[in-house]
Amino acid sequence: MNDYIISVRELTKCFGDFTSVNRISFDVQRGEIFGFLGANGAGKTTAMRMLCGLSYPTSGSGTVAGWDVMREGEQIKRHIGYMSQKFSLYNDLTVWENIRLFAGIYGLSKAETERRATEVLERLNFSSERNTLVGSLPLGWKQKLSFAIATIHRPEVVFLDEPTGGVDPITRRQFWEMIYEAADGGTTIFVTTHYMDEAEYCTRVSIMVDGEVRALDTPARLKKQYATESMDEVFRILARGAKRGE
Amino acid sequence: MRGNFLSFVKKESLHILRDVRTMMIVLLIPVVLMILFGFAISTEVNNLNVAIVAPNRTEGVRQVVDRLANNPYFTVVGYDSSIDIDAALRSGKADAVVVFDEDFEHLITQRAEGIDTHPAIQFIFDASNTNIAQTGTAYLQNVVSADHLQQELLNLHLLYNPQMKSAYNFVPGIMGLIFILICAMMTSVSIVREKEMGTMEVLLVSPVRPIKIILAKMIPYFVISCINLATILLIARYLLDVPMSNGVWSIVIISVIYLLLSLALGLLISTIASSQVVALLISAMVMLLPMVMLSGMVFPIENLPTVLKPLPYIVPARWYTEANRKLMIMGLPLSAVMKEVAILIFMTFVLMGVSLKKFKDKLE
Repeated sequence: MNDYIISVRELTKCFGDFTSVNRISFDVQRGEIFGFLGANGAGKTTAMRMLCGLSYPTSGSGTVAGWDVMREGEQIKRHIGYMSQKFSLYNDLTVWENIRLFAGIYGLSKAETERRATEVLERLNFSSERNTLVGSLPLGWKQKLSFAIATIHRPEVVFLDEPTGGVDPITRRQFWEMIYEAADGGTTIFVTTHYMDEAEYCTRVSIMVDGEVRALDTPARLKKQYATESMDEVFRILARGAKRGE
Repeated sequence: MRGNFLSFVKKESLHILRDVRTMMIVLLIPVVLMILFGFAISTEVNNLNVAIVAPNRTEGVRQVVDRLANNPYFTVVGYDSSIDIDAALRSGKADAVVVFDEDFEHLITQRAEGIDTHPAIQFIFDASNTNIAQTGTAYLQNVVSADHLQQELLNLHLLYNPQMKSAYNFVPGIMGLIFILICAMMTSVSIVREKEMGTMEVLLVSPVRPIKIILAKMIPYFVISCINLATILLIARYLLDVPMSNGVWSIVIISVIYLLLSLALGLLISTIASSQVVALLISAMVMLLPMVMLSGMVFPIENLPTVLKPLPYIVPARWYTEANRKLMIMGLPLSAVMKEVAILIFMTFVLMGVSLKKFKDKLE
């Protein structure tokens, strides 16, 4: 047992002739906020799907939370949290019903669900909204609730797929505070984003181009290496060489 | 893990219950359709407007006119010695005109004696709607010629539906339609909705097995369809007087098989459709229309051109409707429709297999 929560070697996924993810290798440390960047079509989503146990790698090896991505997809699903770019709670269910559903999916007992729901709602100052339909909440609130629910079963690692898409800067800021809080609590965060200012918040960042990981380091060192002021520049320098289009 | 299956069923039921409008529609569609087809829309011809032209109002003429006037199918709208027949038909005042010969009595007597004469009565019918014209002339002929014009040559017995009520014919067809509509359309739309909303992805990343997600979706719709089945059977029995002389259980059994088949069809559609609109279109255009036309519900299968004849064999509604007719109208026992039952079960398994396979492939 090492201290890496995610560890992949030569992970590859082909669809027919097309190699979507080409022999990527990296490690993610427990408790870090790992930024997973890449232009559209670079293979980010495919890589993430393999890590989440949704799709089997063509070749290579890897573990997530100690489970094998080749053979133990179902176990991985149990031990991770996931929040997608689309807002993905049920609008026609109340806050409490959404919590109960997802807690139920992850096998929390009734008493445990109740305890954690109360705790989460208090932390978010949502206690009064317990029986409000999620559909009538403002987007920012929904997003926070989404994150809270994705972590309701206390997963060791949470995958966030562009969690702040379409959200205003203030809410994004608040959202990142939640991410930090969770990371401080020991949860590993694996996050994809298109906002380069968010990349700066990450402990370490990897940048994918054409199915390969081209760069992986802390934002500070990446900037130094490419002699630029911002992650935005770093990303542009790397993405410029991309052969794949959109 | 039974707990999370139940919480899924609960969630699906909440979706349905929260959407009051859709639920009302789903529950009311069968009632409305049954009443529409049972009472309002029928292939029977009612209230035919008949104008009568009789130069001499003799006893014989009066008898025929009385019979027409007392017959619930006809309304006598004019009784004159001469009218402008063309105008009466054109204006729509009359659907048919019955013209008596000047010498009606005489001709009838001569006929009775076996002497060949020219006709004593003429029907002039507005045949712009062929259905009405065909049925209407047959009715007219029956009423008018009741006693004198001909002796009974044939002995006609209409079995199972002696009054030729069209409701009897429609009820089995309507059932075939409603269940496809509700099961296939509603399940496919609700599965595709989750794809569209992005919630399906979250569910797939969770430890729930995909098959459970699907089953949990089907259960509430199955329950709703069972409620519909009960409503339909009650309306059919007590409002439309459909006989069902062999009891209701055989009908329930075959209907449940058909429900499962419809659910499988819904799942199949959901694997093909990428959006709710597409799912709706597929259900409505690709399934509903051929089903109406090829199930024998409205148009007799026998009338199809040879090229199209094989098509109804693959339409599930056809087998269901046929079996249902035997069970509901003819009052046959379940053993008489074993062929249909076997075909429906076979179709259900094939559809379930194909759609589950497709659903799984899609996930990869």
